[in-house]
Amino acid sequence: MSDWRYVLSQNRATLIAFASFVAMFVIYASNHPAGFSANVVQTAANKGVLLALVAMAQTFVVITAGIDLSVGGVFVLTNCLASWIVVGTAPAAALGVVGVLVTGLACGALNGLIVIVGRLQPIVTTIATGAIFYGLALILRPTPGGDVYGPLADALTGRVFAVLPASLTALGAVVVVIWIPYARSEIGRAAYAVGSSEQAAYMSGAPVARAKFVAYVLSGLAASLGGLFLTFVTYSGEASAATGGSYTLYSIAAVVLGGVSLYGGSGSAIGAIFGALMFRTIGDLLFVFNLDPLWQPLFQGLVLLAAVSLGAARLFQVRNRLELLP
Amino acid sequence: MEGVSKRYGGVRALENASLAIGAGRIHAILGENGAGKSTLIKILSGVVRPDAGRITLDGAEVAFDSPAAAIRAGIVCIFQELSLVPDLSVADNIAISNPPLRFGLIDRRAQRRVAEAALARAGATDIHPMALVKDLPLSRRQMVEIAKALARKPRILILDEATSALTAADVAKVFVVLKRLREEGLALLFISHRMHEIAELADDCTVFRNGSNVATYPAGTKSDGEVVEMMIGRELSHVFPQKPPPREDAGPPLLEVTRLGWTDRLRDISFHARAGEIVGLGGLDGQGQRELLLALFGVLRGVSGEIRVAGRAVSPSSPNAAKSLKVGMALIPEDRKTEGLMLPMSVSENLSFAALERITRGGVIDRAREARLVAKMIDLLAIRTSSPDVPAGALSGGNQQKVVIAKWLMAEPRIILLNDPTRGIDVATKQEIYQLLRRLADSGAAIVFYTTDYAELIGCCDRALVLYDGAIRRELVGDEITERGLIMSALNIGDGPNGAAVEGPPR
Repeated sequence: MSDWRYVLSQNRATLIAFASFVAMFVIYASNHPAGFSANVVQTAANKGVLLALVAMAQTFVVITAGIDLSVGGVFVLTNCLASWIVVGTAPAAALGVVGVLVTGLACGALNGLIVIVGRLQPIVTTIATGAIFYGLALILRPTPGGDVYGPLADALTGRVFAVLPASLTALGAVVVVIWIPYARSEIGRAAYAVGSSEQAAYMSGAPVARAKFVAYVLSGLAASLGGLFLTFVTYSGEASAATGGSYTLYSIAAVVLGGVSLYGGSGSAIGAIFGALMFRTIGDLLFVFNLDPLWQPLFQGLVLLAAVSLGAARLFQVRNRLELLP
Repeated sequence: MEGVSKRYGGVRALENASLAIGAGRIHAILGENGAGKSTLIKILSGVVRPDAGRITLDGAEVAFDSPAAAIRAGIVCIFQELSLVPDLSVADNIAISNPPLRFGLIDRRAQRRVAEAALARAGATDIHPMALVKDLPLSRRQMVEIAKALARKPRILILDEATSALTAADVAKVFVVLKRLREEGLALLFISHRMHEIAELADDCTVFRNGSNVATYPAGTKSDGEVVEMMIGRELSHVFPQKPPPREDAGPPLLEVTRLGWTDRLRDISFHARAGEIVGLGGLDGQGQRELLLALFGVLRGVSGEIRVAGRAVSPSSPNAAKSLKVGMALIPEDRKTEGLMLPMSVSENLSFAALERITRGGVIDRAREARLVAKMIDLLAIRTSSPDVPAGALSGGNQQKVVIAKWLMAEPRIILLNDPTRGIDVATKQEIYQLLRRLADSGAAIVFYTTDYAELIGCCDRALVLYDGAIRRELVGDEITERGLIMSALNIGDGPNGAAVEGPPR
């Protein structure tokens, strides 16, 4: 086999996610009452990018065969924090942005320390820390409110060159600045190795603990970027339990749709981003076809189930039934 | 290495072992199961720490607290259980601990060149560096493992049964590589159970027995027969129950296996076991014994051949089917902590778990009946527990193993498969288990007993089947079961006075 065929087969999951999203979005936009306009794309992009950032956060941890149920908590906490500190003059707002991102990093570092040093299971750890982060958000914003630095918010939720949604450009920048260097770094490689076979990674002398820690830290960072962006979209902070919970669950759905294996070791944040955009589009499809929005959860559930079933087809080839057991 | 010792719980794995390896030499390690070979390698490669003793490298004392530390010191091990990451590509795996960097990121082109060079050095140019490891067959993975070790520029290279998964053509290529490495001045430590490989490759040999090195000699100065004599010599401290005399009027076989096969791990296995008989499975660890028991017990998919129980063909598709009344099998697993017991659940719950259908009425567990049966089993096996309600995890290893056995006895199996049931338990419990096995056989069960302890094959079994490379190499009956006979056939060498090598079945 030539090189490009290997590249193709190893990125198949990401490509399928991309193709499925494009197909869905074309159906959506071409049936939209307002047609395929820059406005339609911009609105869809702003909604999609929020979930895409949280799904990216989830991807970092899922690749190491862990799971982060606190991404929604970080998302809401940083939203509330941003509505306090990303205000005022331009320099003050810039400092506020830094503060928000550092908070995200700290949340991720806390998760990482507990999972690695405390050796607690990721699922329990992040349920607990997620509740803590949400609790802090409630202290910050008992009732919805606050503000955000307007020029920055408008710039990032508007359009560049009058057609391209700025939010997508920003998301692309995040991928280029964070994901691509990470995936090509030694630590990112170790993260994949840990998720695929922690024992083999350890025996090969890979930095197992460091890789896991960095994964959680970057997860916190990506979730805080999501929280920041939510503030730009809504111009306020709100400690909403429903938002935190649904973003956590949808991030897992997006990761699966994007071809990231929940067993760890394979997949890409780029796939997860398309998974997130796809998940959002599924919901919007019902709207353009004039179906009752009450059908939305049921429809999203069916699509998710179908996607997961396709991914499980390989299990028919397993020769030792013990390997089917988790 | 000098005076190195290691204990696991009460079991001594290495006792005052010493070993010296010189640069530019290939040093072979020989020894039967449990002689301490694996522990020795694990200490050298930083996986476990020794309890006592010192290791010196070029005269300076060293201590490794992780495999990464050993690799930095130039000691690289090719493990029997592969250390490759399945979801990464061949090139990623080869460069995993030290990828070439450019601007802080992995330089894929340089990595590709490193991988291609390493694969070429290992003689495995047929492997594409971009292929995922999980898509490669076992023999190719083993070649990747060797290439990965070479890419680390080791000073000491340890090969632990590294040739066991290879095809004959690959073995020849690997040997050329190893001889070249010797000329380049590497020290190689070569562990293999294939005597003809050792004869072809080694400069020096060291024999291990009972956790200590018993002899070191230049290769070729001892015959295979003499080597086997050195490997023998463990003290037979166990007391075994009297074996019954072979019965003339033996009935038809209760379990009959014909031409059983599974992937390339089990080949053409035919044997039978009668009621009242204990049939031992022997051979070196990992020759397909565990897979054979799993195949009989319905765990493996795609098993070819025929299994007959009491004359009727059966093909159990799961352990649940295998334990059904029609088949009546039980498998006492090797790892009681993961496959045998639910440690946090009570002794009573564990005991009744495999026989729940016998004590259930209308879908509800009959508590009184459960208590009666549990009490009977605790009594029968003399399980030492303060109450049937304590968690199984709180018992000693020996008593846990008794619970595993008792649990299956409650299902009243006709055929009992045992996978190394006495590993890591105390001598007194071992003897109780031997007595129990004989009583079960006397009461009409057919027992298939895999053990890594040759003394148990000699002391307990009416017949012993020795496996080599997934096939039955030899059947020993009654007085033929001797330590010499077992080791000879386990190493796949002939029984003549000088032990001429016998080639294994063609692959």
